[in-house]
Amino acid sequence: MSSLADESQAEPLTLLAGLRGGDERSYEELVRCYGGKMLSVALRIVGNLEDARDCVQDAFLQAFKHIDRFEGRSSIWTWLHRIVVNSALLKLRARRRRPEGFLDDLMPSFDAYGCRIEHRGGTQESIETLVSRKETRDAVRRAIEELPEDYRNVLLLRDVLELDTSETAEYLQINPGAVKTRHHRARAALKKLLEGTIWMGKS
Amino acid sequence: MITCRELEDFIADYLDGTLPKRQRFVFRFHLLLCRECRDYLTLYEQTIALGKAVFHHPDEPVPEDIPEDLVRAILAARGRAKN
Repeated sequence: MSSLADESQAEPLTLLAGLRGGDERSYEELVRCYGGKMLSVALRIVGNLEDARDCVQDAFLQAFKHIDRFEGRSSIWTWLHRIVVNSALLKLRARRRRPEGFLDDLMPSFDAYGCRIEHRGGTQESIETLVSRKETRDAVRRAIEELPEDYRNVLLLRDVLELDTSETAEYLQINPGAVKTRHHRARAALKKLLEGTIWMGKS
Repeated sequence: MITCRELEDFIADYLDGTLPKRQRFVFRFHLLLCRECRDYLTLYEQTIALGKAVFHHPDEPVPEDIPEDLVRAILAARGRAKN
C-alpha cells in the first residue's frame, strides 16, 4: 500500500488545494485514501461488490466534478460519505423491478374499536441461523427494495449505516420528526412484507 | 387505558427508551393485557434485528483496500470526463 493511501498522512488542506487546482496526483490520493472506506459503505447498502464498485466510481466522478461545491466546513470524509451513500441509494432505486408497494397496505390493521388485528407469526429459528442463509438475505433485501423510497432510505440510514436522527435528516433533507415517523413506518412495513415468507406461522 | 391504535404512535419512543415514566407504565400495562400487541412488538423487534443482521452480512467479503483495478478505472474515467 503506497504511503499516499495512509490517511493520517493525507494533509487535508494541501489535498484540497491540489484537487481544486486539478492536480492529477491529488485525485489519485483521494481515491486511494478514501476508496476503501467508500467501498465498504456502498457494499453494505447494495450487497454485492459489482454494484458497490459502480457506486464508488460514480461517487468519485461526482466529487471530482463538483469539488468547487465542497466548502471545507465538514471533513473530506464526511463529504465523500454523503456522496457515496446517495449513489448507493440511487442504485437501489434503479433495481426496483416492481412498482413500489403502497405504504398504507403495509401498515398495521386495527378494527373499529382501535384493537389490533394481528395474526400469529414468527419463527423458531434464531436471527443468526436465518441470516446465514442466502435465501433469507435475498428475501429481506427484496422486501426492502419494495418499500417506498422515502421510507427505505430512512431505514437504511438509521438501521444499516447507524446515522442518528439529525444526520439522517440532513442527508435526506427532511426534518427530524419526519425521520422518526418514516423510520417507524418503514420497520412496520418491512415486518409486514416479511410475513408469509420469513415470519411464517409458528408450526 | 389506550387502544392498540394509540399505542402504535408510542412504539418508537418506547423502544428508544425515551417514553416518560408514566406513559411507559401505560404502554406496558397495555402489553400485559393485549396478546396482539405483544406479538406485534416481538415480531417488530425481530424484524429490526433481522434487517440489521442482513445488511451487516454482505454476500461478499468486504475488501480492505480499494482494488487497484478500480483505482485505475476511476482515474481513467476522470481522464475521459476532463476531455
